[in-house]
Amino acid sequence: MNTIDVVVIGGGPAGLAAALSAKRNGAENILILERDNILGGILNQCIHNGFGLHTFKEELTGPEYAGRFIKEVLDEKIPYKLNTMVIDINKNKEVTFINKEDGLMTIKAKAIILAMGCRERPRGALNIPGYRPAGIYTAGTAQRLMNIEGHMVGKKVVILGSGDIGLIMARRMTLEGAKVEVVAELMPYSGGLKRNIVQCLNDYDIPLKLSHTVIDIKGKEHVEGITIAEVDANRKPIPGTEEFYEADTLLLSCGLLPENELTKGIGVAMNRVTSGPDVDDKLQTGLEGVFACGNVLHVHDLVDYVSEEAALAGQNAARYVCGQENKSGKKVTMIADGGVRYTVPQSLDIVNMNDKVVVRFRVADVFKDRSICVYYDDKKISSVKKKVLAPGEMEQVILKKESFAEYPDIRSIRICTEE
Amino acid sequence: METRELTCINCPLGCALTVTIDGDNITVTGNTCPRGAAYGKKEVTDPTRIVTSSVVVEGGTIARASVKTAMDIPKGKIFDIMDEIHKIKVKAPVHIGDVIIPNVAGTGVDIIASKDVEAVK
Repeated sequence: MNTIDVVVIGGGPAGLAAALSAKRNGAENILILERDNILGGILNQCIHNGFGLHTFKEELTGPEYAGRFIKEVLDEKIPYKLNTMVIDINKNKEVTFINKEDGLMTIKAKAIILAMGCRERPRGALNIPGYRPAGIYTAGTAQRLMNIEGHMVGKKVVILGSGDIGLIMARRMTLEGAKVEVVAELMPYSGGLKRNIVQCLNDYDIPLKLSHTVIDIKGKEHVEGITIAEVDANRKPIPGTEEFYEADTLLLSCGLLPENELTKGIGVAMNRVTSGPDVDDKLQTGLEGVFACGNVLHVHDLVDYVSEEAALAGQNAARYVCGQENKSGKKVTMIADGGVRYTVPQSLDIVNMNDKVVVRFRVADVFKDRSICVYYDDKKISSVKKKVLAPGEMEQVILKKESFAEYPDIRSIRICTEE
Repeated sequence: METRELTCINCPLGCALTVTIDGDNITVTGNTCPRGAAYGKKEVTDPTRIVTSSVVVEGGTIARASVKTAMDIPKGKIFDIMDEIHKIKVKAPVHIGDVIIPNVAGTGVDIIASKDVEAVK
């Protein structure tokens, strides 16, 4: 069986940045496995601008952002296999994949970086009544059909969910000549970025109806119309508020789910909130030498943060295969509390941690004038005032190694919001 | 005198701005920082956007190449630009930065490719 030092599962933004970082930190024998026929992942279809403001200090489109990383991977001569589907990873870090050239093949990895990304929540997971006619797409599927394959998916459109991909597609379809009738959002706030609401909806006078959902799809062979209704505080439709829109297309932008079938197969501990694996400050999962980064770990809002996180996973994978000490010193549990839904990482080794560790998290609701607080056991260590916190925007706190000098016996780190 | 209601996009706060236009005298209220005032002023005097779309590629590995305006363009020109983009077909290969339409819709700005599409061998 071939042995590879670092196997990277997925050639999207996370996988590319992780592989590059592993290489630059001393790993020699790296292999990227990608199931699509090109590197770059979802960025290939995200042709809008706004990527890379943090990383490159300029506004790039998705393909341009991916292109920069792909060029670096080619320059570094990092091997990759396209059209290659990984079908199993086991506890011995044996990776089994399938493609047309190699057939079914198993390789042994010294370290694995999980970078499989996420997928969209499909109609089947949304409990929308009605037939199953043609004309219903997840926003990302419509995006791929339009931007890569060149098919117009519809002319009169209703969009359910105000996630960023749905907002981007509202503008995209409008520019291509479709009429986007309405964007309905179940929650009382949008999960999308403010700039997308302004530049994708307001610019084109597309109404956003908060606390609304789709209650019926008309049409048996093809979508003919969509009925939406307002929902109450328990997200139940309110009788008498129904509105019917003639439409041939329903787009769904109702959340993203990390794609962790392979991770579960390894048997590592999973997190119920993120739907990704639990990781420590090295982004290492419950199995030594297996790291995770990007949207497979938790869904990000900006690709810049994915690249940053992936670089850390790559660095730690390189350190691991180069034989640097990776044993646990003192592992402290992170607790998400008081409006904080989760933290990544979920634990921190205060002895062997880097000088600085970025802890990323999301809040559960829209909060105004609250503070983000960090507690070491019962002692409040820091408090940062925020005018607004929203579930759609990822937040972070930075923990410094030196701050633990006075707390050698610490048992937990708690991150919460306080009024 | 005219007033416009806008949402500032500079940060997650999303301040609700009220912009009052009185001849050359423009005042912005509702902002919490100077960036909000600048944004409100620009949106009512000279709103600009980057336009991104895709064009048909013949003989390429994929059917479409993504394109963008090389700089931001006046907001009012968006649909004129889209009309020109819709008429264009290009031949593979296409590379990032290639000029696809020079001086699109008389804006003085070029439409450039934002994706590499290689020719089918």
